[in-house]
Amino acid sequence: MVWVNDVIQGILIGGLYALFACGLSLMFGVMKVVNLAHGDLAVIGAYIAVGVIAITHIPVLWSFVIVVPLMAVLGYVLQRTVIQASLDRSILTTLLVTFGLSVVIENALLEFVSANSHSLGANNAIITDSFSIGSQITIAYLLLLIFVVAVVVLLGLQFFLYRSNYGRMIRAVADDKEAAQLSGIDYRHVFGIAAAIAFGTVALAGIAYGMYSQFAPTTGTDTILLFAFAAVVIGGLGSLWGTLLGGVVLGVAQAIGAQISGSDEFLAGYLVFLAVLVLRPQGLIARRGAS
Amino acid sequence: MTTFARTTARSGETYRVTRSRRNVAWTGLGALVVVVVLALFPFIVYSGTTTIMVQAFIILTMASMWNLLAGYAGLVSVGQQGFVGLGAYFVLFLNIHSLSMFTALPIAAVGCGVAAVPLWWLVSRLRSGYFAIATWVLATTIELIIERFPSLGSGTGMSLPHTPNVSSAVLEAYTYWIGLAVTVVALGSVYLLLRGRLGLVLTAVRDDEVAARSSGVRVGLARMLVFVVAGIGCGAAGALLAISQLIVQPSAVFSVSWTAEMAFAVIIGGLGTIEGPILGTIVYMVLQQTLASYNAWYLIILGLVAMVIAIFARRGLWGLIDEHLHVRLFPVGYWLWEPGTGRRPRRRAVTPP
Amino acid sequence: MSTPGDDERGEGGRAPADGTASAAAGRPVNGTSLLEVRGLTVHHGQLRALDHVSLRVFPGEVYAIIGANGAGKSTLLRTIAGLHRPTEGSILFDGADVTRTRPERRAIGGIVMVPEGRRLFESLTVEENLQVGATHARSGPWTIEHVYELFTWMKDRRAQRTAQLSGGEQQSVAIGRALVANPRVLLLDELSLGLAPVVVQRIYAMLPQILATGLTVLLVEQDVSQALRVASHLQCLLEGRTTLEGRPSDLTPEQVEVAYFGLRSASAGQGSEALWSGSTTSYRGS
Repeated sequence: MVWVNDVIQGILIGGLYALFACGLSLMFGVMKVVNLAHGDLAVIGAYIAVGVIAITHIPVLWSFVIVVPLMAVLGYVLQRTVIQASLDRSILTTLLVTFGLSVVIENALLEFVSANSHSLGANNAIITDSFSIGSQITIAYLLLLIFVVAVVVLLGLQFFLYRSNYGRMIRAVADDKEAAQLSGIDYRHVFGIAAAIAFGTVALAGIAYGMYSQFAPTTGTDTILLFAFAAVVIGGLGSLWGTLLGGVVLGVAQAIGAQISGSDEFLAGYLVFLAVLVLRPQGLIARRGAS
Repeated sequence: MTTFARTTARSGETYRVTRSRRNVAWTGLGALVVVVVLALFPFIVYSGTTTIMVQAFIILTMASMWNLLAGYAGLVSVGQQGFVGLGAYFVLFLNIHSLSMFTALPIAAVGCGVAAVPLWWLVSRLRSGYFAIATWVLATTIELIIERFPSLGSGTGMSLPHTPNVSSAVLEAYTYWIGLAVTVVALGSVYLLLRGRLGLVLTAVRDDEVAARSSGVRVGLARMLVFVVAGIGCGAAGALLAISQLIVQPSAVFSVSWTAEMAFAVIIGGLGTIEGPILGTIVYMVLQQTLASYNAWYLIILGLVAMVIAIFARRGLWGLIDEHLHVRLFPVGYWLWEPGTGRRPRRRAVTPP
Repeated sequence: MSTPGDDERGEGGRAPADGTASAAAGRPVNGTSLLEVRGLTVHHGQLRALDHVSLRVFPGEVYAIIGANGAGKSTLLRTIAGLHRPTEGSILFDGADVTRTRPERRAIGGIVMVPEGRRLFESLTVEENLQVGATHARSGPWTIEHVYELFTWMKDRRAQRTAQLSGGEQQSVAIGRALVANPRVLLLDELSLGLAPVVVQRIYAMLPQILATGLTVLLVEQDVSQALRVASHLQCLLEGRTTLEGRPSDLTPEQVEVAYFGLRSASAGQGSEALWSGSTTSYRGS
């Protein structure tokens, strides 16, 4: 019955992965940008939280109040400047530029913050405690909280995209940005908003990760980026709730892999990812003749 | 009252199409001289310099492969380190079984080429961004799988057990020469490939894929060929890495930094030009030597410069030189000579990038 | 034949060389045009798509641009809408130079285009498409409700995704999306493309109601007979250059045919079938 506990852990951590993934999915859906620096942004969010907590002595759980808006603004600015400039050149250029950004961020962190791992405070009871169901199942409050937060964020995004004027604009721009221009919409501004949302959610995810586990400058690409991508791919492109499904599948696969052998945890996840790429690449296949 | 279209070709006049503006024999001669001089290095310079040159050979080989992938075939791969590591481990494996590491190198390169075929099948249908990520996942997966083998050193790696019984200076010289050979073969192969049908196919696909397909161009085959060649090249570079380090560690040979370095070198030097990787490698090595003590800085600077160049000077430093001086060391394009213009062509007709 | 760029004259525009047609009649002699294009030259890479094209559209007109495939008609409209940058020339809207203005600002200012091929937002419903069109609307008579009155079938199906509509219905939604922005100049790019003739007729039959609310229309049409039926003024393009201009009533079929095909001498009957049959099996793009 140990399996049940692991599967539940896997499901819950799927929430965290979904939180990582939704920003990636949004940026790709709206502006066709695959942001290779996405994972590193989560790590930056976590590091900023460390700094903010050190300066303001704000409780760890409330650090997101400062960090998330900050990252959102950063996202808007970065999108309107660097990423838009790359987009204007070509899709290839955005890949190169975001890759460059990723390397620069990681090495800058290595340079200024050192390669040591950090973690976001473990004093608070919420973070360390857990409760049990029966004798086999133990669930950490933090993990449950993260899962709930992820669901809330996804719900919020859904509501925003499908029930608000701005959300409708974003969907229109995602469908056809030129036609949106003809309707008076400045798509560069809309791209900026989408990026702001993506950066904000991934920062939140980074803080969550920082509370749950340790992070270091290279965690962005070692771990987070590929997990986020795997969640998007497995869940199906273009679907918000798909990222939750993808995250859960990934989490469960990892949990089962860890059961089989400790070192196979990540490998199991990647193999599932590859399997999905081969068997069910919905939305991933390049359409003939499409750019 | 009516005007009608002026046709552009007046009948009876002939247009000439040539490969290059100047006699390319001079470039060939120059390249030969350079290679000969380089081959004499072990006799002329200190071993410290040859070690640096070997590093340069590794980067240059990888860069020319990455350039082939991204600059000509439009395939941005962030997982070439998978082939680097694979090449290194091939050498380790063969060496464990008592094969000389120098003999192992070509075998490793071919082995990587063979491995590239099924890997291509896994990722070939993906769109650009997802192709990039998939290659990264592949590289990581290969690394994780190899780390499960204690016979290969698991996660900590292993030294090459059977090194030749010669002095270190001689070993360095051998390493240097094989490195030079690898680089010359790599650059030469890329040049010949692009000068031939493949180059034309890739240009056609880059310009208009639909038109290319409907003209009967085997787009998928062309891309696969490029992927396999790049696999061979990066595998050879990885093998060279193993030979020069005499130890193979997974975290080192499979590091994504290799892709970062080859990508940055190409972007800075000139994406989509053959001369670009050479220039980019020079820039890279200069930066690395000057900033050697500040570990992370050279990647930061390299990365920032690469980003700026990617946005503002698509064809990199070589592109800037080319624009102003109209020089091509390795001509793969065509010049169109309008009738009556004598020795100066009006404008370039077809160029790769 | 019209000479582009002679807007310096006080007349509405031109005096044709053969003197048989008077393009100035019916247009205000010294009036200010609503939309004016001067010497527009547009390149697609090395290809010159438009070569010193000029036109003036006056309030309340229906100005049609006709021409064969590849003549540059859509390029002209797209450049006026702001989607292409001209190499030379200028565009004036209500006297103000908008040549460098971004397309979304032109739309907000009153130049709204219904693009070629409809270009609806496929993941949005009919009503959402209209709502997007109304996002930055100017004030005016056109509202979503008004559009529903114009296209009576639309209200019942407003919650449907546009991908499920027929070609003619999609075209109506596209027009509606442009109308709710309350434009001053409505640009219609190849309305008839891919639609059955009877559908095309029905759509063009809406034009008077649209004009009645004070709009001006500049349209591109490959179906010449349709264009001649609705236009108050027209211009014919051939390979990016203006070959004919004038009021439909002043032009003979032979003149149009010659301008359309660029023939030195027109032999009636040879090209006429294609021109006058009103065939909509047209090639894409222009």
